[in-house]
Amino acid sequence: MIEIVIGVLLVFMIIGSIICLETRDLLSAIIAIVPVGYFCGIIYLLLGAPDIAITQMVVEVLSLIILIRATIRRDLTTIEEERDFFGLVSTFALIFVFFIFGMEAMRHLPPFGTPSFTLNPSAPSNRYLMMGLKETGAGNIVSSVILDYRGYDTLGEATILFTSILGALALLRVYARKRGKK
Amino acid sequence: MKNNEEKGMSLIVKTVTRWLKGFIFLFGAYIVVFGHLSPGGGFPGGVVFAATFILLTLAFGREYALRKIGKILASELDSLGAILFLILASLGIYFTGIFFSNFIEKFHPSGNFKLFSAGIIPLCNISIGMKVGASLFMIFIILSVVRVIFEDGKGKLITTEKKDKK
Repeated sequence: MIEIVIGVLLVFMIIGSIICLETRDLLSAIIAIVPVGYFCGIIYLLLGAPDIAITQMVVEVLSLIILIRATIRRDLTTIEEERDFFGLVSTFALIFVFFIFGMEAMRHLPPFGTPSFTLNPSAPSNRYLMMGLKETGAGNIVSSVILDYRGYDTLGEATILFTSILGALALLRVYARKRGKK
Repeated sequence: MKNNEEKGMSLIVKTVTRWLKGFIFLFGAYIVVFGHLSPGGGFPGGVVFAATFILLTLAFGREYALRKIGKILASELDSLGAILFLILASLGIYFTGIFFSNFIEKFHPSGNFKLFSAGIIPLCNISIGMKVGASLFMIFIILSVVRVIFEDGKGKLITTEKKDKK
């Protein structure tokens, strides 16, 4: 049952992406990309990952607002140029290669719905699930993994966000340059 | 106050925003503070914080939101969250000798699943939420302030704030 729902949502996501790529109007493209994000959130929820689902939903809302706001304010709502033929061909070739390797990898995965760490008894996920509450005291296992066991990863992620926002601020600053000229 | 009513969206949007902004902020705070007990955590909670102020910006205009949380304050909160996270991680070296070790008491005396448990995890969630919220709000402000206008046949970046003053 859940596979059918996920399949239907995936089909809608693919249709939305194709419309987004093919349409000429930028606002329509943004509206067409909406199902990709929201259905992705619903799929995460169906697969039992509420943490990721919450993050996906709120980030999708925020990015939608920013995209619409930026698009409308730039007064640039249609695109004129034709698609690059070489780029299209190379994209399809790359997708084909990925498809072949993906089908090969699919055969080695456990059946749908079975966690992949059950294949390997010494996987760290087993320890997280068994000892997570006992060792960190956090009821949410995801939280205990990202902030206790794998805190170093979260630090790197926070650093990436901080650096990218520093870069955006430095590129888009208009105030500092004007004040320096006076 | 008279200035506010001219800018932004219609009266309905403003009234609903005035009622809802506290609840949305509260929901973000809940997601951040209970991140170690229920689904959520610092990142989604911070995005909800940013969404509150973005809603204020869209409904009441830029000046109203910037009076609530200025650009300087937002950048200070961003840096404060980042440095707090790093300090929490480094204090682990001081107390136990391991980077990112959980050095605070992990268990509430009356059992599991209590708010005051899990050591540094709630504190890390709060610092990440502060950082993410402030930085995403800053991104939105910058993207909505700067725009391209065409003067004398060539496009250039200006701020709309200066244009409003003229």
